[in-house]
Amino acid sequence: MVSIQTKPYTKVHFGLSLGITVFYLSLMVVIPLLGLFFSTAKIGITGIFEVFTEDRIRDALYLSFYVGFVSAIINMFIGFTFVWVLVRYEFPGKKLIDTLVDLPFTLPTAVAGIALTTIYSQNGWIGKLFEPLGIKIAYTPTGIIIALVFIGFPFVVRTVQPVLEDLPKELEEGARCLGATPFTTFRKVIFPELWPSILSGTGMAFARGIGEYGSVVFISGNIPGKTEILPLLIITKLEQYEYAKATGIAVVMLVISFLIMFLINILQNRASRRLA
Amino acid sequence: MNIKTFSFTKWLLIFIVYFFTAIILILPIVTVFQEALANGVDGYLNALKDEDTISAFLLTIKVSAIAVPANTLFGFLAAFTVTRFNFPGKNTILTIIDSPFAVSPVISGLIFLLIFGKQGWMSDTLEQFDIQIVFNTPGLVIATMFITLPFVARELIPLMQSQGKEEEEASLLLGANFFQTLKRVILPNVKWGLLYGIILCNARAMGEFGAVSVLSGHIRGKTNTLPLQIEMLYNEYNSVGAFTAASLLVFLSFLTLFLKLLMEKNIQKK
Repeated sequence: MVSIQTKPYTKVHFGLSLGITVFYLSLMVVIPLLGLFFSTAKIGITGIFEVFTEDRIRDALYLSFYVGFVSAIINMFIGFTFVWVLVRYEFPGKKLIDTLVDLPFTLPTAVAGIALTTIYSQNGWIGKLFEPLGIKIAYTPTGIIIALVFIGFPFVVRTVQPVLEDLPKELEEGARCLGATPFTTFRKVIFPELWPSILSGTGMAFARGIGEYGSVVFISGNIPGKTEILPLLIITKLEQYEYAKATGIAVVMLVISFLIMFLINILQNRASRRLA
Repeated sequence: MNIKTFSFTKWLLIFIVYFFTAIILILPIVTVFQEALANGVDGYLNALKDEDTISAFLLTIKVSAIAVPANTLFGFLAAFTVTRFNFPGKNTILTIIDSPFAVSPVISGLIFLLIFGKQGWMSDTLEQFDIQIVFNTPGLVIATMFITLPFVARELIPLMQSQGKEEEEASLLLGANFFQTLKRVILPNVKWGLLYGIILCNARAMGEFGAVSVLSGHIRGKTNTLPLQIEMLYNEYNSVGAFTAASLLVFLSFLTLFLKLLMEKNIQKK
């Protein structure tokens, strides 16, 4: 059952635009990405596992997942608070804050990186406050988590915001009039509609967090085994001409992020089917 | 009683949002300018005159001047293809368009290093013709093109989908040819979305760090884009220089946000 619909355009228009699109995509995306997998084919699956027998790489893998996970949870709460306040309340500065939420998307990561490092280092505005308590933020995993919160929470805001905006207020009013407490209303009426978008926003922030480089590389301090994340280790391995190891790490990261993307897609399809 | 607790939670939540906006979003921007102006306005202007910073700035513009138009053309064509025709394999194309978003910037650099690098697949051919892609401008352009590929397409696809093709159908039936329809019907309809996509694409192209970091080789004054120059200055403890260069990118990101607001107003008016 192959059905091609080109009206009102001709087959020539269709052929040309599809042809150029597919050509450009193959050249820029498909071939380079497949190339990565073919490069690892040389070392095989056992080879990839062997890459992770090196302590330094295992530590980085663990650290990347740990900071990615913790920051994703923080992003979920901060992001949801922003969504709730921006959609439901009127207050001074609302439009400005709504615009500023996009700042992490448009601010180059290297700029965010050096600014955050300065703020949270011992002499910085916030680092100074924690210094007397003996708490160091920059050059520790905490610093990495802060950078990932900066980068990640807008993903949650921008995925959940349109869903909450479209949620009819009558549903809630109905529940409240029928005697439900605010908490029950939230749990039984609002939350079931929102959780697919909350999960996919958090998932995006998590995926981005694991691969993030620019904003993290400055604040992490890059101490092997302590604050060295996977993307940085790839660069280190490349500089030491250990291409096989760099490729092995990259393939594992790539498979994980595609898996996350796949899960997000399933979630969103389910959610849109439910609403339809 | 009930209303009172309600407004208490309300203001508590609003306060939390104010607090995080100040700490997470505003403080970094203030820090950039504070550090850039640490030696006064003269220090700032002197740092701006740094030759390597200027050449990094020019290289950044050069790279985006190639990558952004290429991806704009592609993005429009891809959006046109998937929203105007029905054909099998459409979802595959959509997934592939999105995939650069899922790839870590460092890996985006790595994949091109594996193709064009010294031990790469194409190294023999490239050597034969004496072409150097890696650690040279073409490498930076290619990596930037990969990273920014989805932006325009992703802005246009939902827009063109929701607009439908009735107006174009009318135009074609009334005897206009394809290019007349493109100029008079399609482009005017999508212009704001297209502009917004281009702006986002450009912001990312100029600010990209991880991918170009792998492919640039960090040759001062030659293959350093602005973000890489910032890294180099920062690592040399030239804080004023680094933050001065960073302030240029902050202006770019403000401009992007401002234009975004403008576009949203225009789209809402429609």
